[in-house]
Amino acid sequence: MVVRALRDEGVKYIYGYPGGSLLHVYDALFQQEDVQHVLVRHEQAATHMADAYARATGKAGVALVTSGPGATNAVTGIATAFTDSIPMVVITGQVMSHLIGEDAFQETDMLGISRPVVKHNFSVQRPEDIPSIVKKAFHIAESGRPGPVVIDLPKDMTTPTERYPYEYPKQVKMRSYTPITRGHSGQIKKATDLLLNAKRPVIYTGGGVILGHASDQLTELSRLLNFPVTNTLMGLGGFPGTDRQFIGMLGMHGSYEANMAMHHADLILAVGARFDDRVTNATDKFCPTAKIVHIDIDPASISKTVQADIPIVGPAKVVLDEMIQLVKGSKKQPDAEALKAWWQQIDEWRQRHGGRYRTDDSELMKPQQVIEMLSKVTNGDAFVTSDVGQHQMFAAQYYKFNKPNRWINSGGLGTMGFGLPAAMGVKMNFPDDDVVCVTGEGSIQMNIQELSTCSQYDLPVKILCLNNQSLGMVRQWQDMNYESRHSQSYMNSLPDFVKLVESYGHVGMKIEKYADLEGAMREAFAMKDRLVFMDVAVDPFEHVYPMQVPRGAMRDMWLSKTERT
Amino acid sequence: MRHIISVLMENEPGALSRVVGLFSQRNYNIESLTVAPTDDATLSRLTVTTIGNDRVVEQITKQLNKLVDVVKVVDLSEGEHIEREVMMIKLKASGQMRAEIKRTCDIFRGQIIDVTPTTYTVQLVGASDKLDAFISALGSASIMEVVRSGVCGVARGEKVLSL
Repeated sequence: MVVRALRDEGVKYIYGYPGGSLLHVYDALFQQEDVQHVLVRHEQAATHMADAYARATGKAGVALVTSGPGATNAVTGIATAFTDSIPMVVITGQVMSHLIGEDAFQETDMLGISRPVVKHNFSVQRPEDIPSIVKKAFHIAESGRPGPVVIDLPKDMTTPTERYPYEYPKQVKMRSYTPITRGHSGQIKKATDLLLNAKRPVIYTGGGVILGHASDQLTELSRLLNFPVTNTLMGLGGFPGTDRQFIGMLGMHGSYEANMAMHHADLILAVGARFDDRVTNATDKFCPTAKIVHIDIDPASISKTVQADIPIVGPAKVVLDEMIQLVKGSKKQPDAEALKAWWQQIDEWRQRHGGRYRTDDSELMKPQQVIEMLSKVTNGDAFVTSDVGQHQMFAAQYYKFNKPNRWINSGGLGTMGFGLPAAMGVKMNFPDDDVVCVTGEGSIQMNIQELSTCSQYDLPVKILCLNNQSLGMVRQWQDMNYESRHSQSYMNSLPDFVKLVESYGHVGMKIEKYADLEGAMREAFAMKDRLVFMDVAVDPFEHVYPMQVPRGAMRDMWLSKTERT
Repeated sequence: MRHIISVLMENEPGALSRVVGLFSQRNYNIESLTVAPTDDATLSRLTVTTIGNDRVVEQITKQLNKLVDVVKVVDLSEGEHIEREVMMIKLKASGQMRAEIKRTCDIFRGQIIDVTPTTYTVQLVGASDKLDAFISALGSASIMEVVRSGVCGVARGEKVLSL
């Protein structure tokens, strides 16, 4: 019944790892071909693969893990998806119903463990409920503000010798769950009036634009108004990265011009963003002169950390569409003169520190150069997944994302080990596209066992490892806040990555000179059917800049090791 | 400020733990909590009293509304409402204290619901501050045990919390 329900939901791939409590389900999987199972090497990877599929497509990914350790290994992946509002359905095996609560072999209270990191969870108590629970799980995961849903499945709910009536529901109706479908027209009208009167506006957008498939609407509205656009880490690709109106990412490692523009703005239009602490810096100093219009599908995200002047609860796409119509139909035009002056100011900021970095203080390559080369070699069109740390920030800053759903990273939870399984999940579903995992020698080792899964399923992803022989972001903070006491941030027993990947049957490259970089990268991407690991030696002393000064305003930043605003 | 939040939710296993978990997970405070099924057996009504500023309470109601098992949420303190709590209090009642307790009990319109030669068990119904006042009015009487139900409340007038 479980497998049949997944098939009827249109699921093609599920990612998982078998175990005692799921043997009935695995036997059912064996006897059909519609739902293909991908065997990972660690359950965390299964959840990240399902998660990345969802990030790339907008549809819920599915993971299947056994009870006890299988389920607890999946928790990090579930939490990763939860923090970034990613739709996912995770089916966890459970011991027989009559053993629950008796500390049985491989029993854990998965409902309890997962509760704080799921949108909802279900426990199957009667086998005949399986179709409706599966349907509800997908509905809840994908609608409203998306999120992961866990279905805990006791083994006796799947006994193959017992038969139950099966009917897969066409739709779901739940009195306690009705996601909002449109925004309040009066509020949208008020917000649009503010937009048309703004003199120093900024459009600040987050993951909600990506998840809500609203990047076309965002682009159209921004162009109509000629307003500058900044994206959060989760929002990159929501607006074309090479567009003149794009002023870069904002926040802790945001661009100088984006953070300055935010600080001096008189109006902020926030769309599908949640005023996260990595964006706002100190909230009491945040954007002192701005009125804030906040569009979000989740009312709890509005006025949570920063008070909104005009809250609009609704799906980004529908609300932005309505705004576009209002702007087009309005007699009033945006204030061209004020905007001209505002753009002059922004361009001046852009000139002063437009993502510059030094290349003359080290013999070694700079990580920024490597990402810029990646952007060039792949024309900004690749799916880029990343792990967590300096390389993630460099990728966010220097890769120019022109399309949504192409930048796939663990933004909210910051899960190291996410990048490789994420790349695999994308590649499996987009076999003709370039998929590259930007990682570091620290992060990659957190799920490196998945190189084996890549061999088994022929997943020719590219791995770009910015190898600085240290946990770079930790080291940077230690340099800046702990007088360079590098406590446990150095790894002096790294494997030979080339030999390691070769042992799994893949291709390894060691790249040490900038002169070799472009050729090697092009060669790697030309090997369409091989996994290539590029181990790139970069300057271990490089820091990520700009970096906001703790407890400061948006405009308070370090711009290099010596310059401060 | 103290708020009384009423929640109508699906009467299903795990629903209560989601509400309680939400409070601890997000560092909200619970003063009292009561929950029981309603006339519609598929629905439970939960009443929680909490202390927080307007922003925190706004977040609490929003976050409660997000829980999939929760059907409706209302902050009763926003409007005219009635609150009640039941207390059963067991007291040592011998010698001259026996009459004294009886008098105090009458003043507060409490009922003595269990009697032994040496004890009284008093039942008192009212707003929480009335129950607090009764305890202080007992003065030197020796309290053996206090059981309070936690607050439940309802809006005044026509307003109802229902499907």
